Amino acid sequence: MSAKTERLCAELHELAGRIGRRVQLMEVCGTHTVSVFRNGLRALLPANLRLLSGPGCPVCVTAQRDIDAAIELAARDRVIVATYGDMMRVPGRLGSLEKLRALGAQIRLVNSARSALRIAREFPDRPVVLLAVGFETTAPATAATVLEADRDGIENFSALLCHKLVVPAMLALLEAGDVPLDGFLCPGHVSVIIGADAYRPVVERHARPCVVAGFEPEQILTGLVALLRQISEGRAALENVYSAVVSAAGNRVALELLERVFVPADAVWRELGTIPHSGLEFAEPYRRFDAVERFGLTIGEDDDHPGCLCGEVIQGKVEPAECPLFADECTPLNPVGPCMVSSEGTCAAWYKYNRPAGTTRADVPASWEAGQ
Amino acid sequence: MTGRVTGAETVERIVLAHGGGGELMNQLIREHLLPKLSNEQLAALTDAAVLPQPDGKLVFTTDSYVVTPLEFPGGDIGRLAVAGTVNDLAVMGAKPQAISLGLILEEGLPLELLDRIVASVAATAEEAGVSVVTGDTKVIDRRQSVGDGGTGPADGMFINTAGVGSLRPDARLDVGRIEPGDAILVNGTIADHGLAVMSLRSGIEFESDLRSDAAPLNRLIDDMFATGADIKFLRDATRGGLAGVLADISETRGVSVEIEERYIPLTPTARHAAEMLGLEPLTVANEGKIVCIVAATDAPAALRAMKQNSYGTNAARIGTISTARPPLVELLTCAGGRRIVQRPYGEDLPRIC
Repeated sequence: MSAKTERLCAELHELAGRIGRRVQLMEVCGTHTVSVFRNGLRALLPANLRLLSGPGCPVCVTAQRDIDAAIELAARDRVIVATYGDMMRVPGRLGSLEKLRALGAQIRLVNSARSALRIAREFPDRPVVLLAVGFETTAPATAATVLEADRDGIENFSALLCHKLVVPAMLALLEAGDVPLDGFLCPGHVSVIIGADAYRPVVERHARPCVVAGFEPEQILTGLVALLRQISEGRAALENVYSAVVSAAGNRVALELLERVFVPADAVWRELGTIPHSGLEFAEPYRRFDAVERFGLTIGEDDDHPGCLCGEVIQGKVEPAECPLFADECTPLNPVGPCMVSSEGTCAAWYKYNRPAGTTRADVPASWEAGQ
Repeated sequence: MTGRVTGAETVERIVLAHGGGGELMNQLIREHLLPKLSNEQLAALTDAAVLPQPDGKLVFTTDSYVVTPLEFPGGDIGRLAVAGTVNDLAVMGAKPQAISLGLILEEGLPLELLDRIVASVAATAEEAGVSVVTGDTKVIDRRQSVGDGGTGPADGMFINTAGVGSLRPDARLDVGRIEPGDAILVNGTIADHGLAVMSLRSGIEFESDLRSDAAPLNRLIDDMFATGADIKFLRDATRGGLAGVLADISETRGVSVEIEERYIPLTPTARHAAEMLGLEPLTVANEGKIVCIVAATDAPAALRAMKQNSYGTNAARIGTISTARPPLVELLTCAGGRRIVQRPYGEDLPRIC
């Protein structure tokens, strides 16, 4: 452990001790969740500090009805569906994209919206649909790609828009008031786009501290220290401890792209239902790129597994281990809910990185000189 | 590329008749395979190879190679096929002697590409000191696409290699001999192969200087045995990566494995590429890395032998077998935390964002 990590941990314990009561902080972003687990940070946190994972995994918040729409499209003759990898295994009503691909459907993995457009250029006589999921981090790339398709007249390209906006979801969680939250660790990547100031409504309307932090272990610990310090002093302010990367106003170019191509719209989140102005739809000049309109899709209802608590997990209401399906009926091999599928999903991170309950750590053999 | 027939093509390609057993097939073998792989056994073109019988025990293995793309930085399917089979023999404690080469070629494969891959098979076999003593060639039509799902140009190829070797008399490799306190060694940086191949995959490609680590490791293993170290277990960390091998050890032997993140060799490029794709380097495939479990007292000698071989310059002792219950693989992170490590569940998929 570096001297800095050690100092941050000591500070964290000192502040937590001073606060005395249980403190619940939400890390909104799936990348934070995974980084906390992968770096084993939970073992370093004070006992009265509880980290809850929020609705920040793009795969986990995508409603089942949208997965079903993607599957319906992929099953159509000649359609090529382009998707980010971790959407492949999310179960819909009729299986997953992965299973459909095994049956011969044309489903291509991409890591950017532009790759999907390139496929559309390669196969001009086949419809290519981008499954456009993700938060403000990926939405500008979708927008830029649509503009490119518009400019170059790539008419066989379209997008099934499932983009979500982070701040409306945070506000909805606070307004529902089901989970006592003392503050938010705000996502670094999303904040690069939307800017730290975007969290002002959370601070001003709900008096909860918001701290924007990076994803390295020390950056996360720095963010947690800032949150606990505010709480111990009874303050609720907006702080940016990732200011080398995140500005107050965000990325102007990316925000302009969003404004040009999309308009805010109500969106359905998995198990959270409809959250006002929490999603995006095409602005009028670009509506023809909307896969729902182009293919005359009817977006149905969700039919989530009755026992699955993914909805509660992404609101921080329960921890994965409290779900009756966790590690039993629902495993990464056989996921029931999306939180077990995505590499950023809370359940997958718990399953992958946490010691099973009730196990003890025995003595490590006498320390060895690694002779590196 | 659209995969459409342009008519103006001048590239020589594999056609179905190359697999038909007639003159064209004969020509393919004589002009494109034999010259590079030439040895007495193969040149005879008999139905099977006749090999000398070893004094001790015979070790026999087979493996199939279906990687796409066929060529990638640091290697190709040919190097992979030879090194993979050689390594499977070597980690069992065998000295590899001879391998077979089964080629399944897709109609449309450019002959020039086949030539490069056969040359790579020959070079890797020579490096490992094994001969390709028997072989087979089949051609499949484009319907059974080997390539990218049937929409791209035909350019597919599968290779199967089987190999035999003689068990070295000094090998006492047995997972049952692993005891708490034993040291865990790895011969260099992990995750390079899987990430290098992924960096070329259509749709998720990215630019990097990642190179596959594909390499025959039998000579490195020879060097380790030559130290007289009490080597208890060897396994090449291919699919499933380092995590897969360590999970196997923990499960099979019923011991815990403790590794330290700061000692696990990983290039900054691989670290960042894995981060970008949302992949865990510990579970990414390698094609030139072995995990070695050795008695703690012999670890320095075995590690020194690894480091002196060109395929082990970045070798490191990464951890220890421990008595912790229940048996788990646990990682001490650079941040000072701890977490468990599991084998991956299937194909690791790159994530969004």
